[in-house]
Amino acid sequence: MKTILILGAGTAGTAIAHKLRRRLSNEWDVAVVDPSSTHLYQPGLLFLPFGDETEERILRERGSTLGKGITWHQRTVHAIDAERRRVEVVEGEPLSYDFLIIASGTEVRPDMIDGMLGDGWRKSVFDFYTLEGAKALQKALANFEGGRLVLNIVEMPIKCPVAPLEFAFLADWYLTKRGIRDKTELVYATPLDGAFTKPLASKTLGYLLENKGIQVETEFMTGEVDSEKNVIRSYDEREVPYDLLVTIPPHMGAGFLEDSDLADELAFVATDPHTLAAKNAERVFVIGDATDLPSSKAGSVAHFQADLMTENILRAIDDKELEPSFDGHSNCFVETGHGKAMLIDFNYETEPLPGQFPIPGIGPLPLLKECRRNHWAKRLFRLVYWHALLPARPIPISPTMSLAGKQLSAAAELGGE
Amino acid sequence: MSLETVQTDAEGYLANRDDWSEELAQEYATQMGIELTDEHWKVINTARAIEAESNSSPGLRKISKRSETPIKAIYQLFPDGPAKLVAKIAGIPKPKSCL
Repeated sequence: MKTILILGAGTAGTAIAHKLRRRLSNEWDVAVVDPSSTHLYQPGLLFLPFGDETEERILRERGSTLGKGITWHQRTVHAIDAERRRVEVVEGEPLSYDFLIIASGTEVRPDMIDGMLGDGWRKSVFDFYTLEGAKALQKALANFEGGRLVLNIVEMPIKCPVAPLEFAFLADWYLTKRGIRDKTELVYATPLDGAFTKPLASKTLGYLLENKGIQVETEFMTGEVDSEKNVIRSYDEREVPYDLLVTIPPHMGAGFLEDSDLADELAFVATDPHTLAAKNAERVFVIGDATDLPSSKAGSVAHFQADLMTENILRAIDDKELEPSFDGHSNCFVETGHGKAMLIDFNYETEPLPGQFPIPGIGPLPLLKECRRNHWAKRLFRLVYWHALLPARPIPISPTMSLAGKQLSAAAELGGE
Repeated sequence: MSLETVQTDAEGYLANRDDWSEELAQEYATQMGIELTDEHWKVINTARAIEAESNSSPGLRKISKRSETPIKAIYQLFPDGPAKLVAKIAGIPKPKSCL
């Protein structure tokens, strides 16, 4: 029996496990290693704080998401020994592999910022990238009666880079519905030089912040959360006061990758941007949020990578050369509040462009433009996730980006990318 | 090639990373009123190395860890927004998000 071992059974690990199981014969054991007994639909965490999503709908037993023919080792990984082709686990015998796929994602690390886990943690300081954080924030928002609501990205890279912006838009809508928008200052503090950083988006979407009255604090690198004074303080000594702080803490790769030769300083695995092979080890591939690639850390990316990686693993098994097929393709709905959303579709080279995104059987959806259809598509996506994305059934979107429907002239006019 | 002749984008970042030279870095730094010391160069070279291997401009924490320069010290070396200043002097794109 030969083994493909997949570290992590999140979006990426689960999808690639299903894909490989379908394509490989019974002489292959397709096995995932994941200590957690549940699978979380992470995009739901954006809606949960506003009471628009429930824990029941976004959480499933892990066993039910893996299905027959996939082995599940419910173990915590301790270290990868690439030379001996085995993975050491915290309790039990090491797991040997013929090929290894690192799909261990990324974790939020509030412990990395002075004071973040201090007295204010989950009283006036919240994250929403974890289920516990999102649930605690739901209660805090329900009791919020106005003041300064501050969204803060500590640093890049983060999962779902547009989620903080979506949170700000949804907060504006939520506070409006509750009749306390005029009693609330909504502030967006980012380490980047704007809420939008790509030329076209900066030009065409700035109105969203202006119309919604969202103040933007740019180039703000948070060094400290002072929950006695209720301010966040940047490395250049600027202070942003808050009554309610919603923070996106720094992200790092899995603990077992810290100080590993495979990974960088933030424990993200050095990965070939096109073949998705690990740079520093043989017979190792990397998928989803665990990579050090500039592609978005998003579910759609994991899905596209799973399609292309499956082919490359079959090539590797046959001792053939890998195809440099991954182009950084990402496809995301961006909630803008008041029942509307945008759709963006881009890759390493092409920034999000306006136009129409054709989906066979469903029809075109407008790109880089707000509309109600995109909002409903985003809300329905949860069902697509459980029934098509995770079990890796075909969906009618190409794993590499297509220019069909996109207005290339829009970027050219701006001298953009 | 000097800053007057080299191709830059609308915000003054180098359009092609291969056009970069130490002289060009000096010119950028002078323009910003920064006198480059060995400490500066350690940060600049680290940023360039990370960008070359990962195809994206690194955040300050990664630069800080690799160059063994505390973030606070990077702020002292490059006042007025080190993330952008380091990128500009190092001839790499400014740090961006996906939108």
